[in-house]
Amino acid sequence: MSSGKKKILVEDLDFYYGDFKALSSISIDFNENEVAALIGPSGCGKSTFLRCLNRMNDLVSNTRVEGKIILDDEEIYTSGLDVVELRRKVGMVFQKPNPFPKTIYENVAYGLRVNGIKDKNYIQSQVEKSLKQAALWDEVKHRLKDNALGLSGGQQQRLCIARALAVEPEVLLMDEPASALDPIATTKIEELIHELKKNYTIVIVTHNMQQAARVSDVTAFFYMGELIEAADTDTIFTNPGNKKTEDYITGRFG
Amino acid sequence: MEKINFYTVKSKTLFQRKIAEKIAFSVFRSSAFICAGALGILFYFLISRGYSAINWTFLTRPPREAMTEGGILPCIIGTFGLSIGAIIVALPIGVMAAIYLTEYARDGKILRIVRLGINNLAGVPSVVFGLFGLALFCIYLKMGVSLAAGALTLSLMSLPIIIGATEEALRAVPDSYRYASLGLGATKWQTIFRVVLPAAAPGILTGAILSVSRVAGETAPIMFTGAVFFTPSLPSSIFDEVMALPYHIYVLATAGTNISQTRHLQYGTALVLIALVFLINIIAIVIRAKLRKKMKI
Repeated sequence: MSSGKKKILVEDLDFYYGDFKALSSISIDFNENEVAALIGPSGCGKSTFLRCLNRMNDLVSNTRVEGKIILDDEEIYTSGLDVVELRRKVGMVFQKPNPFPKTIYENVAYGLRVNGIKDKNYIQSQVEKSLKQAALWDEVKHRLKDNALGLSGGQQQRLCIARALAVEPEVLLMDEPASALDPIATTKIEELIHELKKNYTIVIVTHNMQQAARVSDVTAFFYMGELIEAADTDTIFTNPGNKKTEDYITGRFG
Repeated sequence: MEKINFYTVKSKTLFQRKIAEKIAFSVFRSSAFICAGALGILFYFLISRGYSAINWTFLTRPPREAMTEGGILPCIIGTFGLSIGAIIVALPIGVMAAIYLTEYARDGKILRIVRLGINNLAGVPSVVFGLFGLALFCIYLKMGVSLAAGALTLSLMSLPIIIGATEEALRAVPDSYRYASLGLGATKWQTIFRVVLPAAAPGILTGAILSVSRVAGETAPIMFTGAVFFTPSLPSSIFDEVMALPYHIYVLATAGTNISQTRHLQYGTALVLIALVFLINIIAIVIRAKLRKKMKI
């Protein structure tokens, strides 16, 4: 594995939906400035795991977490931690593009506004910077006051990425960010991920093996709520240590 | 695999099945037409009998000569005031209650009791609201028979409708908006106030306005609390008593001294009331369409 600084440490994490144990004893680390891909068949727990990292699962009733997740030396599943602040630090991009029914500008400015920033010039410069980072600026700079729902699916998803970047998170979680997009838009998002890892720690869930191979530095294979194997992406795809991993990435099941 | 032999197996012919379909559809169609037709007949009835009463004097003058002459201006103003008063009170309370119920409340015994209460409020007969309003607002709170007491009674009556419409509108807002907002470090309240409420606004407003149009035509809740048989002056404060369209119809048709002579005035008043309710509904539809267009929902 690469020698980057550890950003997130997950230790022996269990997760329950009611009585159903969706994740069992997951331990994995994520390094700064790296892209980690989570792969595995549907229902294997990879999205659940991703949502543990910014405590989005708190919103689902009747769920329970055991074990530790440590972000920058701070445990996130403690009562002392402020979930609102955690979610600003750990941004999220969802599977389906979900811009607000507001203008393009207001979508990106939203995160800044809710975090208490009132300085108009700062917001404006931050909106422009985020849209540029998300490779959307040139397409929308003349219509920032238009409704975001008028954008194409690919543009909407890049807008959602810009919206997440605007609050300058440290970690970016992406839950199949390109699954609802066409190949051209997908390529754009993948190029973007490459660009973004210079500044962020990225964890991405994907169903697309090629995508995992293209964008990630490390790959983790989940199966039936367990982490079967996590290693350098090259290793996973050329020389997997586990038979199940090999079967999955070669398309024998899943 | 063996094929079904339609000649040996007992089966309905295609003709029989199509006949059944035709019969079913015509029954459904006539049901729909009966509903629309009922409204049509009602309109025809009101317009044909009431329109002779409608003229400028009728709409802009108070009644004269023991209400056999003159107009219904105080009733129009009164109904208008009662409705506006009811919405001013009921809209904020109803919306806040609905936000609590859909966004904050945790499932449990207390929530079930609160819900049961609200649902039952919707089932309380309007005359009971009237008596309750009389006891609470007019007597206990010493408001007397007044615009304020009548409006408050009507607002209680419209609460379940507003709460229901608001809950529905809030639930129709996709959770993905909530997740996106919370994921950016917004608090729950910021999420509700900045994302969920604006997206639900068309539905909430429509529900609120429709609830007004419902209560605007109520007689029983205001007959003890706000409306009076006759008052020569227009209300100058919210603690004045008022005349109101539905109660005026009731008075003319049952309690006046010249019931048969004022028949056309009764139909005229009913026509004005219906027109007012329709106007409110049309305003609701226009507002909803405008807001939806603005948000592209």
